[in-house]
Formats: sequence, structure tokens, C-alpha cells
Amino acid sequence: MKNPTTKLSMLLAAALLALPVAARGEENGQFIPVLSYRTGPFAPNGIPWANGIVDYFELINQRDGGINGVKIIYEECETGYATDRGVECYERLKNKGPTGAAFVNPLSTGITFALTEKAPVDKIPLITAGFGRSESKDGSVFTWNFPLIGTYWTAADVAVQYIAKEFGGPDKLKGRKIVLLYHDSPFGKEPIPVLEALAKKYDFQLTLIPVANPGVEQKSQWLQIRQLRPDYVVMWGWGVMNPTAIQEAANVNFPREKMLGFWFAGAEPDVVPAGAQAVGYKALMLQHGAGRARVHDDLDKYVYGKGFGKSNHTDSSGVLFNRGMVGAMLGVEGIRTAMAKFGNKPLTGEQVRWGIEHLALDENRLKELGFEGMISPIKISCSDHEGSHTSRIQQWDGKQWKVISDWYTADETMLAPMLKDAAGRYAKEKGITPRDCSKES
Amino acid sequence: MMLGFDPAKVGFFFEVLASGLLSGILYALVALGFVLIFKASGVFNFAQGAMVLVAGLALVRALGWLETQVPFWLALMLAIAFSGALMTGIAWAVERFALRKLVNQTALTLFMATIGITFVLEGLGQQIFGAQVYKLDIGLPRDSLFVLESVFDGGILLNQLDLWSAVLAALLVVALAVFFQKTQVGRALRAVADDHAAAQSVGIPLTRVWFIVWMVAGFVAIAAAAVWGSKVGVQFSLVYVALKALPVIIVGGLTSIPGAIVGGLLIGAGEKLAEVYLGPSVGGGIEHWFAYVVALLVLLVRPQGLFGDRIIERI
Amino acid sequence: MFYREAGHFHDKYRDEMAIFQIREDRIGIRLLLIAAFVAVPLLHAAGVPPFAGDYLFSAVLTPLLILATAAIGLNLLVGYCGQISLGAGAFMGVGAYAAYNVSVHLPGLPLLATFLLAGAASAVVGLVFGIPSLRIKGLYLAVATLAAQFFLDWAFLRVGWITNYSASGSVTAPPLVIAGWHVDSPVERYLLVLAVAAIVALGAANLVRGNLGRQWMAIRDMDIAAEIIGIRPMQSKLTAFAISSFILGLAGALWAFVNLRAWEPYAFSIDRSFQLLFIVIIGGLGSIIGCFLGAAFIWLLPLAVEGIPRWLSIPIAADAAANLTLGVFGALILITLIFEPHGLARIWAIMKHKLRRWPFPY
Repeated sequence: MKNPTTKLSMLLAAALLALPVAARGEENGQFIPVLSYRTGPFAPNGIPWANGIVDYFELINQRDGGINGVKIIYEECETGYATDRGVECYERLKNKGPTGAAFVNPLSTGITFALTEKAPVDKIPLITAGFGRSESKDGSVFTWNFPLIGTYWTAADVAVQYIAKEFGGPDKLKGRKIVLLYHDSPFGKEPIPVLEALAKKYDFQLTLIPVANPGVEQKSQWLQIRQLRPDYVVMWGWGVMNPTAIQEAANVNFPREKMLGFWFAGAEPDVVPAGAQAVGYKALMLQHGAGRARVHDDLDKYVYGKGFGKSNHTDSSGVLFNRGMVGAMLGVEGIRTAMAKFGNKPLTGEQVRWGIEHLALDENRLKELGFEGMISPIKISCSDHEGSHTSRIQQWDGKQWKVISDWYTADETMLAPMLKDAAGRYAKEKGITPRDCSKES
Repeated sequence: MMLGFDPAKVGFFFEVLASGLLSGILYALVALGFVLIFKASGVFNFAQGAMVLVAGLALVRALGWLETQVPFWLALMLAIAFSGALMTGIAWAVERFALRKLVNQTALTLFMATIGITFVLEGLGQQIFGAQVYKLDIGLPRDSLFVLESVFDGGILLNQLDLWSAVLAALLVVALAVFFQKTQVGRALRAVADDHAAAQSVGIPLTRVWFIVWMVAGFVAIAAAAVWGSKVGVQFSLVYVALKALPVIIVGGLTSIPGAIVGGLLIGAGEKLAEVYLGPSVGGGIEHWFAYVVALLVLLVRPQGLFGDRIIERI
Repeated sequence: MFYREAGHFHDKYRDEMAIFQIREDRIGIRLLLIAAFVAVPLLHAAGVPPFAGDYLFSAVLTPLLILATAAIGLNLLVGYCGQISLGAGAFMGVGAYAAYNVSVHLPGLPLLATFLLAGAASAVVGLVFGIPSLRIKGLYLAVATLAAQFFLDWAFLRVGWITNYSASGSVTAPPLVIAGWHVDSPVERYLLVLAVAAIVALGAANLVRGNLGRQWMAIRDMDIAAEIIGIRPMQSKLTAFAISSFILGLAGALWAFVNLRAWEPYAFSIDRSFQLLFIVIIGGLGSIIGCFLGAAFIWLLPLAVEGIPRWLSIPIAADAAANLTLGVFGALILITLIFEPHGLARIWAIMKHKLRRWPFPY
């Protein structure tokens, strides 16, 4: 039974919320929403990540006066890592600015799943650098998804390659025991198909051990590991699960050198709480790691020096800050690419999508941007929305992350058919006719 | 297992059992706070988890700053004092602004009120002290011990941090028992727990008793935060520890302090054994709900928990 | 002045038993339904703010109405039958995954039948987890229902066929088609949800003033007395669990298919259970209208706390706003409980009462 007053007050409240959008004079510029989480269980990771994004936008505005002179207008919206809040943020911000949202970077696999259904309708590209759906790399089906510079499947393949190398070659994997310790959620389960396929291929024994969210208590998991005595533990964790796991590993005397986190288990909040016990722990890198490049000097000069920005000189070189910055840079460069075709003005999501799909950054361009050494060259195409399939390994020495390996490239001969299969299944389920990438210009 | 006596397997069984019991004590540390408040005011305090978070944040932030100013032991004392003062302030505010106005409401309303308090504490705590993860090191040892190595291959693994927490929990229980049995305030608390109206009629100030019991629960939260914070770092996820404590108090009974410890031991051992021995055959990750199933089974036999006050009523 | 019982004479029993006994109420509810079903979409089409655009429909009204529907389900159990449940989110999840499975394995089935089957599946599960209520009650029962919550959370992730063996455990909803009507635009979705909410509300209102509802209330108020006058507690409690879960399952299917479109088990976690319990308690235990008031309160309050500083152009950081929202939200729960423990529905009733007596208060 609704009754008049309820409804009226609801509408009034809604009107109040909608008013600011209508009433405020719109600045001219390119609008980019920032979905972030600075509170709640994942805040320790969410804060530096979001800082990297907004500080890079601020840098572009302060140093260059915007992208080719078009100012970036950004607005943060707190999702708390919850899918329904994320969807609300997206709905609220998707039509802001003169041309609507240029792209959305949801910083959460759960929100990415929900937005994957909405983005094609609203014609807004989703940038999910290093997370999200692995099969969305197939741009012929997932037109609007861009899992740039690394998917979970790439990570899984590189992890096994690295472990194989540690043992002295892929043939040495035979009969070895590898444990996947994963966060019990879609995020943690993403790599399982690839690892299972690799286990079959190289004949190693894969044991899957889930950790229930949030993972503050992992005694039984690590007792199982202690009993199993695996040769390697691959860890797919997020949030408090990671430092807890490292500490429990220390408790059961499992060597940290035989633990390989993936790139969301390889930042400072993951190792610092574990203290000295984290020394020796290894993790994949989403190409970049911690540390400074030329762009950080610009940040000091144009952003922090002028009292802008969310972070500061010391905190702006951490792994997650850099991740945010790389993600923001890729989006900005996508917009720049699109401007070359559509002109230097605020662009629509559809135009930006074209730009991201034609994004190409070579060594020289990365050097110009100040990102030299942070990521490898990237080239996006219709059929490949990931752009580069490489990763490195880093190790925590108690004070900082040290890069300890060369670049590894994921084995496309194995991943490509799996991707095709998964993307094809999605297309069939949704009734999508894949684009013919040979005809795309 | 028993047929062909395999020392490694038996050793592992005891290892799982031991670490389960120790985990249980860690849960019991949080559960104690619930029990204290329920005993004295009949409030099922959902905010206990948030109190652990705030206590931990206050402790770690104060310690972080004081460490740079004064010697470590003094800094630790001062930080604990600061945290204690904060918890006292919270107890006062809770009593003054919430509980006092909710006298005579139903249990459900009071429960909801503590959820409101949870949100206030979480919001203010994160705003004032920050939402990052902070490393807490109060000097508790974190290494492992291996005992009975001569009997079992590889020995039985025990964690020193867990052992120290068990000692801490034991001390807390003794202290609380003395407090309840021997002191005047403690007797007043027990009187209030037995019958609010009767206690009030003999001149025991109800509101002050509530303030004291929330304060004591706050101190217990500091102990829990110190242990859990040393384990996983002080961060928002500490509030989830409260969810692990719920089945513990259900098993032990909402009103019994020894019940919290026994419940903790039962739940800890039960869930670890289930995860290790049953988990792999069903895909793992079962301990979270298994603890609640254990609690449910206990309830079906004894609806008031193992040590809870028997409430004579028909259903 | 016009809002009076005076002059209305009931000469039939059915008038006596009407849900809305006052003529103005009947007119009011009709106007409201017309406004919701006809005027709001027309205003949207005409582009009148705030009805123009999608935001109001897809981010405010649709989730709000689904939550209100779910809250009705929970209120039947908690508010009318007195059985506290902290597993409501999980029962929504059962409905969502059941609907998904039906749509995958019986693709030809009409959408409405899918939703009903989802509700039925949830009712069966609810019945099973309702069995402990025969032996335990109060807060102990509340914690026992947490067992249901955590077990089902785990099952959604671990049991392959629930997600049709999706590798990640995340699934997507099929296109929504009802008898040839493609429910695509946010306004159409809103209308679908509104229709379901209205039907469920009407059904629940009728249920609680009938035999079953009176049995539930008797059990809630005093179970022993209820038993003595011939009410079978087992039957009443279990029907309460089943019907409550049915509505929750239906709402869960809507939440998944209409609101989220793609979801992971986390969407139906314990946070959802708590959210529904807040709605019920803040709205008013044992009140259907309270479910709508409570849902509006819970859903709109965070938006308002965030929106007002923005509207007044006070710069406030996103994290400070989020913490402020938490704090204000908690404080408002406390204030509501202190000043009106019977919830918003009670405030609404008092207002109506005052209006009826006006201008001659007691």
C-alpha cells in the first residue's frame, strides 16, 4: 500500500537529488566518473588506487590544461566495493558533463560484471585494467569492455611459466604439487579454468583451497597446506586475506619464497601488516610495480607542489597508486587517440570507445608520457582488447618490492581457444552476433 | 586412522585440534564482550565488532605517534590508556544517548539500536583514525613452536601468538570472575542481571551499572583488538571477527562467561576439524557455516546454550 | 476537514472488512496508483525533471520497490509471526538462482512463471530452514537463521549446477520478455517492478487480515495462549516461513533479473539480510505500508546525505561523505528507535489520526 505522502516525499527527495545536476551550470570539458572505495573492508587497497587515478587527472589538468586543451572534469563516487552501490554510482554519473561519461573504471570485478550488461546500452566503454572478466578480451563479442594490459588468465599462465622456470623448465613440472589459495568469490575463481588446463598439459597436481570472505582466519587452510607440502602456493587474494595468509604461512613454516601472489596480492597493504614474516614473498606485477618514473616528478611539481591532489610525495610511488595512474593514463590516451579522429572537444562514450580500440603506445610514446619502464608497449585492436600480455615477478624484501624477473608473455596458443570458447558461450547466451574484426578500421 | 596407527596422521589430527582450540580462544576474546553486556543489560550487542575496530584503531594510531616521542614501554602504556579512555567515553555516550532512552524496549529494538551504534562507530572511527591498514606490534611473539617432536614426525605446530592470547584470555576470565564475585560493583552487576526491577528497588543505579558494563566490554575489546590486530593488522575487517564470535556465544549460552570460553573451544575445534577432514570432499570453505551448524545442533538439544540461564518457557 | 469517518455508514460486512475503510483513503490510493502507473511514465516521456532520464528509474525507484517487496516478505515473518530472521538475503539469493536455472533449462517458459517458480523454490528452502523455529526462538533463532545465510552463500559458490557451471560463479540474466513485451528501458522495468510490488502488497494486506495472518499474530503475541485457543504453532510458523520466503524469492529474482542483470553470490550476502531487517524495523514491524516507508528511508538516506552537500556546493571528499553517511545513518536509526520504536508506519498512523480529529484534538 503506497500512499500519497510516501510517494510525494520519495519524489521530493528524488527531485532534491536530481536538482544539482540540472541547476549547476555545466563546465565545458570531458567528464570522467571515478568509482572508488575509500571506506569499508577493502579501503586499504582502494584508497591508494583511487588516489592514483584522480591525481593523474589533476596532473593532466594542471600541467597540460587538459587533454589537448579539453579539461577533465572528474567526480568520485563511493561504492564501498558493493555491487548495488556501484551500479547506483554508474547510473548517477553516466550522463554527467556535456557528453556523458567518457569511460568507467569500476575497480571491482563484481561491479564490472553488472556494468558489462549496462555499458553496451549506454554506449560507455569499461576500462578494467588488470581485473574483470577474462574473456572480455575478445573485443568482437565484448565491444565495450577493455581489460587492458592484463587479464586474470594472462596472470595465471605467467604464474605457471614462472614456477616452471624456477624448477628448471616446463617438463620439470610433472608430478609437482601446486596449491591455488583463492578468495572464495568470482574474483578468486577466475584463474581456475586456466590453471586446470595447465595442470593437465604439464601433468602437475593442482589443489584448490578456497578462503571464505574476508579471510581473517585461515588456520585450517594452512594446516592443509602444511600436510600437503606443496612445491608452490599461488595466491589469488584481495584485502585482509593476503597479510593473513602470509602470516599463517610463516606459522606453518612454509617458505615465503615458494608463495606467489598474483597482482592484486602484491601491494604494500598486503605485506606490511605481516611485518618481517613477509620477507621473501613474491607476487606477479601488473606490468608496473612500485617506484618512481618521470611522471612522478611531474606529479610533485604540478600537483603536490601546488597543494592539489589526494596523495603526497612519499605515498605516490606505491604499487596501487601506480596502478591507478596507469589505468587513468590509458583512458586519457584513449581519449587522445579518439580526438585525433573526432576533433579536440569533449567526446561521447562511443567516440572514446573507438579511441581506446585504436590505442597504441610504443616505447617512445611511453617515454614522452613519463611512464618509461612501468609498462610494456601496448596496442589494442578489435580482436584484442587486452593489448599486451606480459607480466613480471617482484619480491618483498621487508622494505620494498624488488623486480626479480624478466618479462614473461602469456602463451596465446593455449589461451586463445579458451577465450574464443568462453566469449562464444557468452555471445550465444546473450544473442550477440560477434563483429567481424577484419572489417573494422 | 586408528586401525593402522600412523603417527603422522595422528600427529596431524592433534595439530588441527590444537590450533582449532587456540583459534577458539581468539573467538572467545571477542565473545566475552558480547556476554558481559548481555548479562548485565539483556542487550545483544552487535556493536562489539565495531568496538574492537575502534579500540584497535585508537591503540595503533596512538602507539604509532607516541613511539616516536617516548620509550616503547611507556608509549604502549599511554596508548592503552588512551584507548581505554576512548572506550570509556564511548560507554558513557552509549548509555547516556541510547540505552537510557530505550529502557523497557523489546530485545529486538535494543539489538537494532546496537546496529545503529555500529554504524556510528564505524563511520567516526574511519573518519578520525583513517581507513588504511596499520601494522600493530605490541611485542607479542609471532613465531611457531613445535612440540612433541619425538612422538610425532615433524612435531605438533603451535603458534606463540595464539598461546599468548590464550594466556591473556585466561587472565581476563579470572579478572572478570573476581570482579563479578568479589567487588561491590560486580555484585551490583549480577543483581541487575538477575532482575532489573528488583535491583533498582534496592537502590542499585541501573544506568551506572550499564555504563560500567559497557566500559568493561570496551576494555575486553581492547584486548581482542591487540591480539587480532597483531595477527591481521588493524583494519576494517576486524569487525568481521564479531561474526565468528556469534556461534561461540550461542553454544556457550548468552549469559555465561565460562560458556564463552568453552563455546569458543568447541566451535574452534569443530570448524577446523570439519574444514580439514570434511572440507576437501565438498570443495572446501565450509568452516564458516559449519560453526553455525554446530551452534544450531547444540541449540536443538539445549535451547539456552550449554551454560546459559535456563529460561522456563514453552514454545 | 474532509478526512472523516463521520457520515460513512457501513451497511455491508464487506465494507466493514475493507482494507481502506475511509473514502478519502480509497480515492487517495487510486490516485497514487494512477500517478505511479500512468503519470510518472508520462512525465518521463514529456521530459519533466526529475522524471527525465534514467537515473530516477534505474537507480532509485526500481531498487527501492524491489527492496520494499522483499521487506514485505520479511515483515510477514518478523513483524506478524514474531520469528526473527537474519537469513532474508540468502532466501532472495535462492530465488535469483532458481529463476536463473529455470531460464537456462526451460527457456520457453514465460517470465512470470519463472518468477513464480523462483518463489516456490525459495519457499521450499525457507520451510526447511524454518524447522529450528519449532524449538528455539528469539535471538537464538536469529543466530540460527545465520546458519541458513552462510550455508546458502557457500552453496551458491560451491555447487556447480546452481550457476550452470559458470567458471567464475557469476551469472547473467536472460532478456526480459513478457508475452512479447520486451522489458528493456528503465521505465518499463520500473513498471514491471511496480506491478509486482503492488500485487504483493495487496496480497499480503489481505493475507494478514485473514485467518492465517491472525494465527501468526496470535503466535507472535503469546504462543502458549495461541496454542490453547486451537492454533497449531507448527503449521502457522512453517507457513509463515514458507510464504515469507516465497515473497523474498520473488523479490530476489527481480533484484537479479531486473535490477542487477548480472550478479555474484555477494549480492545476497548478510549485508542484504541486515538491510532488509532495518527496513522492516524502521518502517514498522507488522505493517505493510511500513515496508515502503522503510525502504524509502534506507535507500534514499545515503543518497541524500551525499547529495545535499553537493547540492549546496560544499566541497566534501568522497570518503568523508561515505563516513558521514554511515554516521548519520546510524544516528538516525537510533533516533527513530528512541522516538518511535514502532517505526515510520506508526508516525504515519498518528498523522492520519490527528488529521481525522482536526481541528478538535483531544
